[in-house]
Amino acid sequence: MYTYTDFDEKFVRERVAQFRGQVERRLEGALTEDEFKPLRLMNGLYLQLHAYMLRVAIPYGTLNARQMRQLAYLAERWDKGYGHFTTRQNIQYNWPKLKDIPDMLDALADVGMHAIQTSGNTIRNVTADHFAGAAADEIEDPRPIAELLRQWSTDHPEFQFLPRKFKIAVTGSPKDRAVTKAHDIGLRMVRNDAGEPGFEVIVGGGLGRTPMIGKVIRDFLPKAHLLPYCEAIVSVYNLLGRRDNKYKARIKITVAENGLDKIRDLVEARFDELRREFSGFDQDLLKKIEAEFTPPTFRDAQLEGYEAYRAANPAFRSWTDTNLDDHRAPGYAIVSVSIKKHGATPGDASADQMRALAELAERYGHDELRISHEQNVILPHVHKSDLPAVYEGLRAADLATANIGLVSDIIACPGMDYCALATARSIPIAQEIAERFDALKLEHEIGALKIKISGCINACGHHHVGHIGILGLDRAGVENYQITLGGNGTETATVGERAGPGFSAEDIVPAIERLIGAYLHIRNDADETFLMTYRRVGLTPFKAALYPEKEAQNAA
Amino acid sequence: MSRPFTPKVLTANDLIEGDAVWLTPRDEWSRNMADAELLEDEAVAQDRLLFAIAQSDVVVGAYLVDAKASDAGPAPVHFREEFRTRGPSNYPHGKQVGA
Ligand code: SF4
Repeated sequence: MYTYTDFDEKFVRERVAQFRGQVERRLEGALTEDEFKPLRLMNGLYLQLHAYMLRVAIPYGTLNARQMRQLAYLAERWDKGYGHFTTRQNIQYNWPKLKDIPDMLDALADVGMHAIQTSGNTIRNVTADHFAGAAADEIEDPRPIAELLRQWSTDHPEFQFLPRKFKIAVTGSPKDRAVTKAHDIGLRMVRNDAGEPGFEVIVGGGLGRTPMIGKVIRDFLPKAHLLPYCEAIVSVYNLLGRRDNKYKARIKITVAENGLDKIRDLVEARFDELRREFSGFDQDLLKKIEAEFTPPTFRDAQLEGYEAYRAANPAFRSWTDTNLDDHRAPGYAIVSVSIKKHGATPGDASADQMRALAELAERYGHDELRISHEQNVILPHVHKSDLPAVYEGLRAADLATANIGLVSDIIACPGMDYCALATARSIPIAQEIAERFDALKLEHEIGALKIKISGCINACGHHHVGHIGILGLDRAGVENYQITLGGNGTETATVGERAGPGFSAEDIVPAIERLIGAYLHIRNDADETFLMTYRRVGLTPFKAALYPEKEAQNAA
Repeated sequence: MSRPFTPKVLTANDLIEGDAVWLTPRDEWSRNMADAELLEDEAVAQDRLLFAIAQSDVVVGAYLVDAKASDAGPAPVHFREEFRTRGPSNYPHGKQVGA
């Protein structure tokens, strides 16, 4: 895993020292809020409904046990004993005090972490497939590329004042687990006819007010050209992107207004200039970075113990059915730890839980942890013979919920319980849905289903790409929830369709129940997932289930 | 025709703690909305807003927001403001537990 060089370390320490001075001057009254606000945002510090919020970057979602322990320490020492993992693979602290922030940033720097560029109109934390380096279907680990992009974009002088924020996601698998089509730039690794690995480059995707699925600007980009090509895209956007209207400033609008062909011509022309300036230093750097991501030494061990434990313990078996994925190494599995216990806040982990995860990663997981954009924690490399021990360790930390990919594995943004931009709450809706389906004991029968909830049009909860999306709005001073159906965030990404009028906070959970009831009724068999069924039959039967009164009126 | 003025309070976030505070008739910032000054006259409200904005060394982001009179004192009208008097719904944190 990548460790800070002296240069990285010095850069981060200097930034903390600067910010310490800025906080002091703010507290003394020497800086006004107008002067201070851009400075605090540059360091990931927001002001929310009830308190400040510190957003810490977890580059491409990867961290080691020592870093996870430090996140636990921050939660306990300066917050209320927990942290919130977000859809951008970051962690947020909801209750820090302004005067403590510099100490928190120093503590992060101690383990090679920071909160830089987690806000503002810059290139944000580069996200990656949370199974990177482990997935059986992977062509190559995408994290060296993500790290290269991180180094290139951090403090890049040309890209500190982009028209709007800019998000990049990378996956090394043809199967897209990183929602690359909903990013400003999405990079999906593919092979060309000669079998060489390179990238399909996707541009102009994004959710929010105007959801758009990214478009392929280049079918195949050789790996060696990645940096000049990305720089070409960002620099074309930097000049062409609109600065007159915040809502039209993202690259998705630039692409939509100018057309993909024009953007492609400009990018290719700029790329032609830039590739000559990139004399190869980026490739030397990439080689060094790649050396830091050498896979762990996988071991061989007997699997009888695992099989026997599985046969004897139904709860363990159920957990292995839902929470494991195929690993590239024989005998290994990828473990997804659910941070979605029924009734708990999606993505929230206590300091004790973070420490338990660190311990398990160290003992059984080659010292690696990942944060997924689905707000779960991944132990990417666990030998199956260790799974019983891992499972028991997770159980002891109240982390053994067997629901990955099921109806209660809900993405929910902080919504109006914390976020100052929210128009309604999202957390309580997620809690109620999870508890309801747990009580009905229907979860496993329903099977694969992604519910995603956002507390406002900004769509941090990815509701547009949820099989069932829920958007919280303010309708004449009352919380109101709008449903979208059929969205999907994988390589076949689609934006969900609006189902009809919204529901009140009291009516939304029964509405979801009717919807899922209709699915169980309509599906061909248990192998036909909600999304497949929706694609087969379309909106109409689901609408009928959602709005039975309308149906009755039509029939009358 | 302009809309009739509805009663308001002045609110902001505390500079150090970051939590919600309300401007009282005695020019202080209280953590309890019931202590707030209910502003029923538009000109006075605008005047108080200027005062609040000038208090940038103690509070952040002052704004006027609708409120109604109650026996205990000014109370929120909109659910967002009600949440600000309480704290989040997923944990007993914030003002609902006095912290
Ligand atoms: S979607 Fe809206 S409410 Fe939710 S975190 Fe993003 S900005 Fe806040």
